[in-house]
Amino acid sequence: MDLFSNLLLGFSVAVSLQNLLYCFIGVLVGTLIGVLPGIGPLATIAMLLPITYNIPPIAAIIMLAGIYYGAMYGGSTTSILVNLPGETASVITCIDGYQMARQGRAGPALAIAAIGSFFAGCVCTLFIALFGPPLAEFALDFGSPEYFSLMLMGLVAAAVLAHGDMVKSLAMVVLGLLLGIVGSDVETGVKRFCFGFYELADGIGVVIIAVGLFAVAEIVSNLSESEKREIYTSKVKNLFPTKEDLRQSFGAILRGTALGAFFGILPGTTPSIAAFSSYMLEKKVAKDPTRFGQGAIEGVAGPESANNADAQCKFIPMLTLGIPASGVMALMLGALMIHGITPGPQVMVQKPDLFWGLVASMWTGNLMLLVLNLPLVGLWVSLLKVPYRLLFPAIMVFCSIGIYSVNISTFEIYLLVIFGFLGVLFRILDFSPVPLMLGFVLGPLVEENLRRALQISDGDPSIFITRPISLSFLIITILLLLIMIFPAVRQRYKKIAD
Amino acid sequence: MSKNKDFWGGVMLILIGAGAVIIARDYHFGSVLRMGPGFFPTILGVILIMFGLAIMIKGLIKGEKIRGLVSWRALILLSLSLILFGILIERAGLIPALAALIFCSAYASKEFKLLEVLLLVGVLILISVSLFVWGLGLPFTLIKSFMG
Repeated sequence: MDLFSNLLLGFSVAVSLQNLLYCFIGVLVGTLIGVLPGIGPLATIAMLLPITYNIPPIAAIIMLAGIYYGAMYGGSTTSILVNLPGETASVITCIDGYQMARQGRAGPALAIAAIGSFFAGCVCTLFIALFGPPLAEFALDFGSPEYFSLMLMGLVAAAVLAHGDMVKSLAMVVLGLLLGIVGSDVETGVKRFCFGFYELADGIGVVIIAVGLFAVAEIVSNLSESEKREIYTSKVKNLFPTKEDLRQSFGAILRGTALGAFFGILPGTTPSIAAFSSYMLEKKVAKDPTRFGQGAIEGVAGPESANNADAQCKFIPMLTLGIPASGVMALMLGALMIHGITPGPQVMVQKPDLFWGLVASMWTGNLMLLVLNLPLVGLWVSLLKVPYRLLFPAIMVFCSIGIYSVNISTFEIYLLVIFGFLGVLFRILDFSPVPLMLGFVLGPLVEENLRRALQISDGDPSIFITRPISLSFLIITILLLLIMIFPAVRQRYKKIAD
Repeated sequence: MSKNKDFWGGVMLILIGAGAVIIARDYHFGSVLRMGPGFFPTILGVILIMFGLAIMIKGLIKGEKIRGLVSWRALILLSLSLILFGILIERAGLIPALAALIFCSAYASKEFKLLEVLLLVGVLILISVSLFVWGLGLPFTLIKSFMG
């Protein structure tokens, strides 16, 4: 009955007028940027984070979360209608979704994508509600050594499982940790790496790094390619899927949700990996695999459920352990910290309204998305006619006003210029900025827990291997590294990841 | 060599790592038992240098080239637009700062059209002012008078 009363508490928070409003704004913005290619959820959340400083933390987190899963919904719409994925997670949906649209079955494809996403969203919300509390309870007893090993495991896993070169990703984690300790040292007050700027004493803002590395660098790279956006809009006639459609999609949605939930809790994996795996699985279990690529509805149902499930389950390690499993979750952690909430298992005990309110808001949000997406499909597609040359100056406006408003300081604007440059440099040299974000957010915590652990043990580093939980985290870390070093495993995995 | 992707990636990491180690020498290193503020950054710097070396060597062996072009025009104009925004917002106010930001960044696109951009400047300023200043109540001066 505990779950029931908790959910009741959650819904009482989520259905307050204010929180419903912010949830609505979140999913609306999410759908919008999901539809628009060239701007992703990470950049958007970073851009809008400063605006949430003045609203209560619960409303802020509800809105930011809405942007994230809203984008997963919106991404499918353009994949199906115009063969143009709004988000990378929907790339795979193009294959069969667009074929369906060309056969005049855009309506059922959109409906199945929405139903699948809704189903996955609801199931994973339940997942969070069921598995969050025991996981947090387990983690409540963690001391500094356990935390240090856990964070190490999370960071290594994120770097190893992310697509791209493993060594480069690990290097980016280290660089992120280094950037994370810029500012005053917690214990001694020594200002580190401040180069004489008092503005850096509190550290570099997570928003500046995210906006610089993602938003600005992304605009530069989009402008580097010539803009060619041809739109062949298919008419959406009949929204309702046939009985046959529903029957075929049912299993795909279930399997996609399960796969997505599994990939969701793994750090470093992206919703696109979940979507791709689901597509491969559907092709494998299908009686007639040749239908795939010709407009098989399972090819829409599976991946769309999977990417939504993945996006939603990424919240589990973030909310219960304080470990970000993706770049967006790193930003969410940053948002919590900005609102004065130290992430970790104690959040659920100290702020049950925040945890359960967010969980419940995912239900209301998913419901809103269902309503927003299906009847308003035409409106979203017409947005695609806005050319990028008008869109990116607007993004710049939001970025700069947002960042300037944090401290009313121009120093941060100039810092943004530097991170924009860095972001472009990383792109040219093929370094992924996501591991850097994770390292950056965890940097101060990693150092603090390392310090404390070694103080507890009188400077004896064996404390990390004599404590069983800490030891198991370290063993998993080493196993992950070892497995990925074997070329056969790595190549197989990279094939899926890329 | 000049386009060897991983070579330069390694160099970048080595430089950052070395910089961190050198700067961290000014901070007390401490011991394993009592880690000073210099301990963690020094270790991270050393790890970064090692990763840098590994990536640099990989670059020298494989010799993969940098792919894709960066539009320097876009990078420079976007940076310039941010700098203009920073300079103008304190000296001239929000409206001139936004005008400069939008105009300068829009110029980064190859399909720049003067009339369209002027219209965009107007619309975006109207949206920003009503959303941020009137809506959210952020304390920005719209236009500063030069008379003081």
